[in-house]
Amino acid sequence: MSAARWRTAMNSGAGRAAMRGQTAAVALPRPGEAAISFPNLARHIGARHVVVLALLLVFPWVASPFVTYQVGAQALALGLIALSLTFLGGFGGMISLAQMTVAGIAGYTLAIFGPVGASDAGVSLGWPWWLALAMAIVMATAAAAFIGWLSVRTEGIYTIMITLAVGVAFYYLCLQNYAVFNGFQGFQRVNPPQLFGINWRTPVPYYYLALFWALAGYFFVKYLLRTPFGIALQGIRDNPRRMNALGFNVTAHRIAAYAVAGVIAAVGGVLLVWYNGLITPGSVGTSWMINILIIAVLGGMRHPIGAFLGAIVFVLLQTFAIDLIDRERYNLVIGVVFLAIVLFSPDGLLGWWAPIRSKLTRNSSVQSTPTGGNR
Amino acid sequence: MRRTFVKTLVGAAVVAVFSSIAFAQSGKAVKIGLLATLEGPFAAGGADGMRGAELAIKERGGVVAGRKIELIKASSDAKPDVAVNATRKLVEQDKVDIMVGPLSGGEGIAVKEYSKTQPGVTFINGSSGAQATTLVNPSPNFFRFNTEGAQWMFGLGKAALDKGYKRVMVIAEDYAFPYSQVQGFMAEYCRLGGKVPVKAWVPLGGKDYSSVIARVPKDVDALVVVLGGADAVNFLNQYEAAGGDKPMVGGSITVSQDVLNYKGKRRDSLVGTIAGSPIADAYDGADFKKFVAAYQKAYPVSSGAYPSPSLFALVYYINMKAALDGLEAVKGDLSDGHKKYRQALSTMTLKTPTGNVKLDQNRQAIGSTFITEVVKDSKGNLYNRVLRKVDGIDQMLGMKPSEFKMGSRDEPNCP
Repeated sequence: MSAARWRTAMNSGAGRAAMRGQTAAVALPRPGEAAISFPNLARHIGARHVVVLALLLVFPWVASPFVTYQVGAQALALGLIALSLTFLGGFGGMISLAQMTVAGIAGYTLAIFGPVGASDAGVSLGWPWWLALAMAIVMATAAAAFIGWLSVRTEGIYTIMITLAVGVAFYYLCLQNYAVFNGFQGFQRVNPPQLFGINWRTPVPYYYLALFWALAGYFFVKYLLRTPFGIALQGIRDNPRRMNALGFNVTAHRIAAYAVAGVIAAVGGVLLVWYNGLITPGSVGTSWMINILIIAVLGGMRHPIGAFLGAIVFVLLQTFAIDLIDRERYNLVIGVVFLAIVLFSPDGLLGWWAPIRSKLTRNSSVQSTPTGGNR
Repeated sequence: MRRTFVKTLVGAAVVAVFSSIAFAQSGKAVKIGLLATLEGPFAAGGADGMRGAELAIKERGGVVAGRKIELIKASSDAKPDVAVNATRKLVEQDKVDIMVGPLSGGEGIAVKEYSKTQPGVTFINGSSGAQATTLVNPSPNFFRFNTEGAQWMFGLGKAALDKGYKRVMVIAEDYAFPYSQVQGFMAEYCRLGGKVPVKAWVPLGGKDYSSVIARVPKDVDALVVVLGGADAVNFLNQYEAAGGDKPMVGGSITVSQDVLNYKGKRRDSLVGTIAGSPIADAYDGADFKKFVAAYQKAYPVSSGAYPSPSLFALVYYINMKAALDGLEAVKGDLSDGHKKYRQALSTMTLKTPTGNVKLDQNRQAIGSTFITEVVKDSKGNLYNRVLRKVDGIDQMLGMKPSEFKMGSRDEPNCP
């Protein structure tokens, strides 16, 4: 668990005992906030939450439809999938490359069972959209739990390898199976249903749909991290043997974490298949599996918001890097930016935020809240 | 803490400003978007496709019907979702009038579906060759001036029978493009009385062909091998090692230079291999020679180009030329939702280096293909000689629309 050690070292003050540092790494930022109950929910919503939310809501009215859809909405959908990896990796200590596979399973299930205009071969069973949607989430969650069950007994690089193997196996299954997955061509015209007379594929409605689920996923993860389950999971990340000795079932907690991450990835996968309007083996190939990891690492894995920050940077680069440099070389820009972020801030974009924040907090002399051992 | 919020606000404002760039559309220049794969498995082909398209613009000196041509390029990696994202950027962000691309089959179907949501823009294919693009749910603003995988092989069935191959076995990769290719061959071959008792579908990039070779029946006269470059060489090696001696009939990308450079003992048995292709280096038509000369002049080998234009360069050239010739025909008039322009595209006869092309009612090209044969020159090198040029091949392969079915593993069938 080198990642956990590293984080511990980052968090603990100089000369602090290792034990002290581990407690600090658990997401219990302020005393008296152990769990959220509705009466004190308001205390958790600071002004910055309101500002960010307002900006997110106003965004589609300021930006062009293209930016709303391709940058805003795509970043939210990809961010949601990356969020599932942040949850697993940052708080469970398990780096899974198969999160895109889980998202792809949700997308494929939706396409296979749902009402797809796929007269161009492939079996679409034409179930009503809500049933297919429920099926997609259930199947993807089951698949995620299965992947978790397969890989929980491994650690570090071996987890990466085994999840990579699962992902690649699924890619080839989709590529070569024509009876169910329609092979190379996949499924076209997998569109969201027309609900309340709104075409949910148009930029603004789709943006709000993605925003709703991104916020839901974000707050769900934030909430979960403060529950006994979340605390235990972080304990397991930091020292599985000690947690085992304390009577926690480490394997069960880890599998449950995979399943929970699976739900989040499944919702992201459904959003992504609706965003693209299609799903093909390329959507679950290794490049996308690794892209999700890049997004999570880019943003920073210490806080759920990192996944979305990473997704925004990733999508902006993917879309606009080609305008900055010669067309054959634009991947260089993407690579250099990624490298720069990871090189100068091992904790992703969030790593830059922490010093800025502490500086600002120090400047405002009125605020001198004790922040526990955390930063 | 307040300043934190201000900082957040500023950050978000920067994002908002970033988003509202563009919208600057000059009245004069005509904007053309060009999409090819500059990453992934077809990166080399995509770069050559771009050369072909640029050549068509260079020929006109960068001006069409008095309007300057502004070319905006984008890249994908042969994945449909990436191609649609890149196309969406060109159409919605860069506001192109005409869109040329993409390169590969799966991308073509996805971009065609996207084109339906953008009725104000005219889409012209790059080099994608899936049958379904124009056969299933065609889009009213998607035009394809190149022939596709099945059309490329039409005429080869008769050539095989002329060589005396009455029964053949098919060995092809298991995805849409080889299905089309095999159909193009079999449509004519079966109709003229040929028999195909066995079809073996192998995975793309497969290394071991021993099980396939074991299935080759004794009584077939030839093998129809529709495999890509490296796969074809692997197959040849193993077939030779297993003592096979049947002659070969190749697909459009089978008898490439890698195969001709094959050094095995069976090298001489490659002589006489026939294949179907939309381009033939040795074709001596005047227009084609002019095209090759122009390509070689504009893109010397030292700049990274091929010694002779590839299939992608030719097909992108043809499609870009169609876009420009259409603009010339309507004097650059794109008013009324491109109404006149699309009318002109649908009805014009396009002059291409390999012969005239017209569109059918699905806006798909009716064009020519070449039947080539491997021969040995005086120095002992193998090259493809043009046996025959077949003109006017439509997408129905000479069948009635009612009896036509798209190629698949089991279609067509004549055991």
